[in-house]
Amino acid sequence: MVNIKINGVDYSVPEGSTILEAARTAGIKIPTLCYLKDINAIGACRICVVEVKGARSLVASCVYPVNEGMEVFTNTPKVIESRKTTLELILSNHKKECLSCVRSGSCELQELCNEYGVEENRFEGENPAVELDDSAMHMTRDNSKCILCRRCVAACGVTQGIGVIGANERGFATQIASPFDMGLADTACVSCGQCIVACPTGALTEKDDTQKVLDAIADPDKFVVVQAAPAVRASLGEAFDLPVGTNVEGKMIAAMRRLGFDKVFDTNFSADLTIMEEAHEFLDRVQNGGTLPMITSCSPGWIRYCENYFPEFIPNLSTCKSPQQMFGAVVKTYYAQKLGKNPEDIVSVSVMPCTAKKYEINRDDQSAAGIPDLDITITTRELSRLIKKTGIMFNDLPDEECDSPLGTGTGAAVIFGATGGVMEAALRTAVWKLTGEKADSPIEFKDVRGVEGIKEATYNVGGKEVKVAVASGLANAKALLKKVKAGEADYHFIEIMACPGGCVNGGGQIILPASVKNFTDIRAERAKVLYDIDSANKMRCSHENPDVKAVYDEFFGEPNSHKAHEVLHTSYKAQKLYR
Amino acid sequence: MAFKKSAVPFSGTPEQEEKLKAVIAEHKDDPGALMPILQKAQDIYGYLPIEVQTMIADAMEIPLEKVYGVVTFYAQFSINPKGQYKISVCLGTACYVKGSGDIFNKLQEKLGIGSGEITPDGKFSLDACRCIGACGLAPVLTVNEDVYGRLTVDDVDKILEKYN
Repeated sequence: MVNIKINGVDYSVPEGSTILEAARTAGIKIPTLCYLKDINAIGACRICVVEVKGARSLVASCVYPVNEGMEVFTNTPKVIESRKTTLELILSNHKKECLSCVRSGSCELQELCNEYGVEENRFEGENPAVELDDSAMHMTRDNSKCILCRRCVAACGVTQGIGVIGANERGFATQIASPFDMGLADTACVSCGQCIVACPTGALTEKDDTQKVLDAIADPDKFVVVQAAPAVRASLGEAFDLPVGTNVEGKMIAAMRRLGFDKVFDTNFSADLTIMEEAHEFLDRVQNGGTLPMITSCSPGWIRYCENYFPEFIPNLSTCKSPQQMFGAVVKTYYAQKLGKNPEDIVSVSVMPCTAKKYEINRDDQSAAGIPDLDITITTRELSRLIKKTGIMFNDLPDEECDSPLGTGTGAAVIFGATGGVMEAALRTAVWKLTGEKADSPIEFKDVRGVEGIKEATYNVGGKEVKVAVASGLANAKALLKKVKAGEADYHFIEIMACPGGCVNGGGQIILPASVKNFTDIRAERAKVLYDIDSANKMRCSHENPDVKAVYDEFFGEPNSHKAHEVLHTSYKAQKLYR
Repeated sequence: MAFKKSAVPFSGTPEQEEKLKAVIAEHKDDPGALMPILQKAQDIYGYLPIEVQTMIADAMEIPLEKVYGVVTFYAQFSINPKGQYKISVCLGTACYVKGSGDIFNKLQEKLGIGSGEITPDGKFSLDACRCIGACGLAPVLTVNEDVYGRLTVDDVDKILEKYN
């Protein structure tokens, strides 16, 4: 510990911490824009400046370490004036359409400008026209709102190890863009959306599909069904000022019903269905000499990454569609048949913590009924926008339950939203199956839980040793796959999720400011919601789901049947990095 | 966004590629290897088109954007080759106050290319340069080794005609 003074008060703070961190333990929030813990400590934006006694000039507190006897002043007139001027300079070429900007209210720049009482147009300079990049299916980049903090660059390059965006040119001409200014759609972008949740302003936004949803609901000839992914219920409340880690499952269902969907279902149903298919596929590969390790296929960001960077692992990928797509496929085949409806008259909507889902619904081999399995996918953020726009008072809603028959999910399904969840869910069913379908089959596989980027475990399953690994965040996935490729590891089963921490931290979740993310592990807080739902559920294993049993009895026959393969499985192909 | 690929097709030879591979192998594990590799690559090819940058990115196992970001940061690197006729307009102080900015703009307009670019037929490339030491002739431009001074915007057409 070192002893320092902050604003004249003595504190003892951990050695090696930055002034920013030390001040936070003292209850002082120093504003930041460019700083993101672990991935972007570049001291570039100069918003976090403070005075240090004896220092020649103001220092950037996000990168300045404390030392014994240091005296720090966080709010002197000099500091305030400097931060204010910096904000005014940032505004000088910022597209100030805050009234209609999708990030109004969650924009870190807007909040700071408000706090510091800036003069909006103090500096008027050159405002070169900036071209919008809306080439990708899932997002738009508007550099006229970019403040060059490089948080998106760090998310893409460091967290995900991809790096399809960076700073081009220099000085005033600097733009965050892709190589040779090609559109994002022409790059190796995997659509994970981690850049969007890293962005402090409205420069990066998902493609908004909320109007499509409203139009479908308003069309009397359409039967509109909705499913929500497990992770959505762990984040949606944040848009309505509820604390991080609040479970809003019941209110979420109630809100979707009030939006006017004809049926409100749960992706948990198809997560259980995925486990039935995937666990059986795994057992089949183990017993019949199939390609191992088998790797999960739920995360479309990961699938695209694999096709881009590790096509040699395509045979290892489970052929199971993602739960979203399985749901869509079941709705337009089994459920349409059950209703006696033409699948063309059904509009299938999903709410996902994910932007890559917008890419996934357009993939090949995702049309079990000859038409796309899914019609519209919106993110958790877009759902929150719809709820606000339609005047639904979210926090006052009662807790409701999903409709039948595609609305039931087990505890195994809901943990899909956290890294390690799919693995644990698959193990629950695989172990049960391999050890004679006993009632006391183990439920909890805690070694694969937690926010760590790479986790490994070995389980004894029916006398056979099964080695598993779990990776989240694509930089971690890359490290793990390199190990497998080099023959340094011989896993049987690997779970990979594109986003660090899994879907709970997906690119479509509610955006929390860096002032929260830098000091709270939102991955862990949101994951806890899902594990709590799991442990409170009477049904903990996918094979116990009565709706899933019914769909096999009435439609598919058994897991991995010919029909199941036609409807619930898909294929992959290697992709070029740049087109 | 406009894709900034060079207007002239890439015509690298296997010999050049061999040389580049040798350069990368020599520097690959050095800290800060990208700069010397890019400098030598530009010596080999004369410029750094997407094809060359992709080879470097792949061999160094770094994203193409990382290479492109460095290339566009430093004025010494060019993503376009030089034309058969390399036009340089002095935008140094003396020439600039004498109106070389307008001449430069006129050339961009006539040739349909921007600074650092090349016409699709490979004939003309256009660059801005700083003082060439002929301030007495301001404003000045050069076409390869030919120097043209005391120019007005109206001289641009005549100069271009000479090389057509």
